[in-house]
Amino acid sequence: MDAIFIQLLNGLDKGGAYALIALGLTLTFGTLGVVNFAHGALFMLGAFCAVTMQKLLTISKTVKDTSITFFDAYKEQPYLEIWWGDTGTMIIDYSVPISILFAIPVMLMIGIIMERGLIRYFYRRTHAEQILVTFGLAIVIQEIVRHFYGANPIPTPAPDIVSGSAAIGSAIGLSDSVVYPWWRLIYFAFSMSIIGSVFAFLKYTTFGLVVRAGMADRDMVGLLGINIERRFTIVFGMASIVAGLAGVMYAPILPPDYHMGMDFLVLSFVVVVVGGMGSLEGAVLAGFLLGVLQSFAAMNEIKAILPGIDQIIIYLVAVVVLLTKPRGLMGRKGVFED
Amino acid sequence: MSDNKTTNLMRRRVLKAGVASAMAVGAPIIFSRNAWAEDFRNNPANSKNVVLGFNVPQTGAYADEGADELRAFKLAVKHLNGEGDGGMMNTMKPHKLKGNGILGKKVTYVTGDTQTKSDAARSSAKRMIEKEGVIMFSGGSSSGVAIAVQGLAQEMGIVFMAGLTHSNDTTGKDKRRYGFRHFFNAKMSGSALGPVLKKEMGTDRSAYHLTADYTWGWTQEESIKETTEGLGWKTVKAVKTPVGAGDFSQYITPILNSGADTLILNHYGKDMINSLTQAVQFGLRDKQVNGKTFEIIVPLYSRLMAQGAGENLKGILGTTNWNWALKDTGSQAFVKSFGQEYGFPPSQAAHTCYVQTLLYANACEMAGTFYPPEVIKQLEGFKFDGMGNGATEYRAEDHQCFKDVLVVRGNQNPTSQFDLLEIVQQVPRAQVEYDAKIFGGELGPYKV
Repeated sequence: MDAIFIQLLNGLDKGGAYALIALGLTLTFGTLGVVNFAHGALFMLGAFCAVTMQKLLTISKTVKDTSITFFDAYKEQPYLEIWWGDTGTMIIDYSVPISILFAIPVMLMIGIIMERGLIRYFYRRTHAEQILVTFGLAIVIQEIVRHFYGANPIPTPAPDIVSGSAAIGSAIGLSDSVVYPWWRLIYFAFSMSIIGSVFAFLKYTTFGLVVRAGMADRDMVGLLGINIERRFTIVFGMASIVAGLAGVMYAPILPPDYHMGMDFLVLSFVVVVVGGMGSLEGAVLAGFLLGVLQSFAAMNEIKAILPGIDQIIIYLVAVVVLLTKPRGLMGRKGVFED
Repeated sequence: MSDNKTTNLMRRRVLKAGVASAMAVGAPIIFSRNAWAEDFRNNPANSKNVVLGFNVPQTGAYADEGADELRAFKLAVKHLNGEGDGGMMNTMKPHKLKGNGILGKKVTYVTGDTQTKSDAARSSAKRMIEKEGVIMFSGGSSSGVAIAVQGLAQEMGIVFMAGLTHSNDTTGKDKRRYGFRHFFNAKMSGSALGPVLKKEMGTDRSAYHLTADYTWGWTQEESIKETTEGLGWKTVKAVKTPVGAGDFSQYITPILNSGADTLILNHYGKDMINSLTQAVQFGLRDKQVNGKTFEIIVPLYSRLMAQGAGENLKGILGTTNWNWALKDTGSQAFVKSFGQEYGFPPSQAAHTCYVQTLLYANACEMAGTFYPPEVIKQLEGFKFDGMGNGATEYRAEDHQCFKDVLVVRGNQNPTSQFDLLEIVQQVPRAQVEYDAKIFGGELGPYKV
């Protein structure tokens, strides 16, 4: 029971990341009709917002390390620590949460520039052309990041206060051995709140109403005199923020590198296809479902029966879903079928 | 008469010219020991320079080690060319290095990025050999890579002085005549670690292995299992993980309820940093299982990893090939030289690469030629000292170096930013030696 509970938590935590990326992908596809292969790059850029903030907060003065006597050794001392002592140290410690505030405007701006500068010219082109151009864009973004930050993963730790693990087992009546890292629990809660906010925004605001109407019949909304293009640009910016925030919060879990977007992109497309192209609910459901299945597949008891199943489970599920429900779990008729 | 005179003169001239030519051709053979007329790939005879190839991971899971390896190679080249303070050239014995390059030729180098991938490493090494004309290449930081390029070295007749590679296979079943390893291996780690584990953790433990899924991980798991099971420990489970997995949570969660009280991480580089950090985040080090405190062991350790893992590594046992805190004159000379150059002490990866470059250069000087079969013969069975870890020997049977091995622990109370590993024991060479036949394999021919 303990093992199952931990795997379930782990699956939900992974699923949160899949769902967030897939949600942004589906928003772009549902509104603009664009298959955006650069979406993984937006996730990566979000993670690098956290790296950038950490670098900004730790701009340092090089000082001589007097503890080394037999050669001239130097160490970096951040200006924040020199100026503000413990307060400076604490600010540096909180660089990831602080970078959320930094990432929102940055990702919005990047999203709008991407949409206005390139993607809008491909609205009425074939999906194959959209895939080619966005994939190319993803590679360009990736190489720019590699140029400025190098190819190696950059550790971006969570604040000290949440770097340990929570004793969930004793809190809910399971054994004491059931513990789970605080930051992963925070990530799960964060992804749920972002998903909830996006759904609430689309469901309860006039802007969301128009967007949903546009997703159902773009031409009709245009005929009603609404500038749907502008709204869709904002939706693209929103999708970028969602992907970016998913990346920021993931940075303490997996040290960011320039390639991390590509690693998640493939998985996220599988999530979108399993959930149903264009279905926001489907993307979220499939994200969590696949995360949980992947986690259970990693259990030793399962691997003893099906060795290596943890590496292929997601793709296996995608094959089964596509064979039995070709439009995905919650796909709508007519989407991606022209 | 005049005709006869002309004939005599011509004969004299021919004889004189003949003797002069014979002396010119023969002189190097008479005056230089082991001079070889054979032509061979990338023979630098007609060049003022000799080119070495440094093929290291500049990207990927072992990139930190690769960067430090490259620093050490550059320093070795500097010292060979007579620049800087000479480093270990002042302490190595015996040696024939003169500080004027190798055999009087200035040492230059080219670099490549193995990307920590065998195929990329092989094509990078091939480029160095075919396009850049290297006479020897070195590097590594992954046994998969080392074994792949060692095979290429044998095919192409170019000596490969392996950098950081710890798999038993490198000088075991996959050993090659053209490949040499100064670094220790998993078998030696196990032999060194065994008595310390027994003393500190007893003989009743249940171990869970997480193992990098390639040659190094497999052989390390095998060697450590052999050691721990020999102590009486049980192996609960051994799980393979992909290299560069990043998020190890799905492999760590099953440990929590497995009944294991010890986790053995057969990971290296960033994989080790990530898996250890995540294991600590999942509370493993705070657990009590079977009435014992849960312990983590990292059989192959390095200061660079300790730097990346930070606090998480404190108190954790492992082994290392070399550490900058060693007090012997060779280690201190190298640390001083490296520290002055770069502002921080070298890692074990840097140490092994520096030593390998000097050893190759010295073998050429001893052979009096760059001709690989003769250089190889000089390295085989070569006994030396003054390069860290005491008296060392390049065993001829498998091209494995034997020297003392260090058992270390993540330092609980570091005195400086680099004082991350505490040396628990310098295990004597005799304790880690083994019969070369146990791993099988064939070195292959000298002439290819």
